[in-house]
Amino acid sequence: MLNEQVALVTGASRGIGRAIALELARQGAKVAVNYAGSEDKAEAVVQEIIAGGGSAMKIQADVASEEDVKQMVKAVVDEFGRLDILVNNAGITKDNLLMRMKEEEFDSVINTNLKGVFLCTKGVTRQMMKQKYGRIINVASIVGVSGNPGQANYVAAKAGVIGMTKSNAKELAARNIQVNAVAPGYITTDMTDALTEEQREQMLALIPLKRLGEGEDVARVVRFLASEDAAYMTGQTLHVDGGMVM
Amino acid sequence: MAETFDRVKQIIVDRLDVDESKVVMEASFKEDLEADSLDVVELVMELEDEFDMEISDEEAEKINTVGDAVNYISSQS
Repeated sequence: MLNEQVALVTGASRGIGRAIALELARQGAKVAVNYAGSEDKAEAVVQEIIAGGGSAMKIQADVASEEDVKQMVKAVVDEFGRLDILVNNAGITKDNLLMRMKEEEFDSVINTNLKGVFLCTKGVTRQMMKQKYGRIINVASIVGVSGNPGQANYVAAKAGVIGMTKSNAKELAARNIQVNAVAPGYITTDMTDALTEEQREQMLALIPLKRLGEGEDVARVVRFLASEDAAYMTGQTLHVDGGMVM
Repeated sequence: MAETFDRVKQIIVDRLDVDESKVVMEASFKEDLEADSLDVVELVMELEDEFDMEISDEEAEKINTVGDAVNYISSQS
C-alpha cells in the first residue's frame, strides 16, 4: 500500500500513464496527473480517482521545459506537502525512416522523451533528498533494448532513459532514492491502435505470451517498483513485454 | 557576520558530523570536512532553508569553503 504517499505521473491523461495514475491511486497514493495538452482527459482521470475515494490533482506542464517542470513540482508539493514517487512516463513518437527523418522529428522526441526525464528527475530530487525518501520509475520501452526500424529518435531516447536510470540510481542511492525503469512491449494504446491488422499479426508472432499488453500490465509493475516490496532494487529495467525480448 | 558564522557552523556540524573545532572560515568542505559533492548540495539546501533564501546553481557551485558560504549569505542579507 502507498497510503499517504504522493505520486507525480507525467503524461498521465491517457494510455499507460493513465493506467499508472489510476493504479497508484487505488493503492492509496495521492496522485498528480500531469498532461501537456489533453486537459479534458486529465480532468477525467482526476475525477475517476476522486470517485474511487482517492485524492488527485491535474497539472499542466511540458516536461521538456525546465521552467514548466519547476512550477509543476512546486504546485504538487504546495498541494500535497511532499513528493514520494515520480513516474516519468510522458512520451511522444515521430516515426520515420532514418533517411526521411527530419532534424526536428529527432530533436522533439529526444526533448520530450529523454530530456524530459532528466528535467523531471532533477526537479524532484531536491524534495526527495530533503525527505530522504524517493522512488523514481522511468517508463522506457522494449525497443530501447532491441532497436526498431523507423524509430531512430524514439529508440535513442528510450535507450538513453535506460542508461540514465542506472546513472541516477547510483548517484541517488545514498540518499535513499531508488531509480528503476520498466520497458513495456506492445501495449494497446492510442499509439498501437494506429497499426494495421497485418502489423498486429506480425507483432503477435513475436510475443511468446500471445497477446498485446494492457496499460494495467505495466501499471502493476510500476506499482511494485513504487512499493516497499522493491526496497532492495535500484537501477534495474524490468521488461513488461510478454516475453518478446529476453 | 559572527552570528551568521555560528548558524552556518551548527548546520555543518550536524550535517557532516564533524568536530566544531574543524569548522573554520578557511575549511574546504571536500578537503577538510570530508564532504562529497552531494553532501555540499544538501548543505546548500539546508542553508537556503535556515536563512530563507535561494542560492542559484551558479552561486552554489562557487561555495567551496565555510567562508564562501558565510560571505555569500552575509552579502545577501
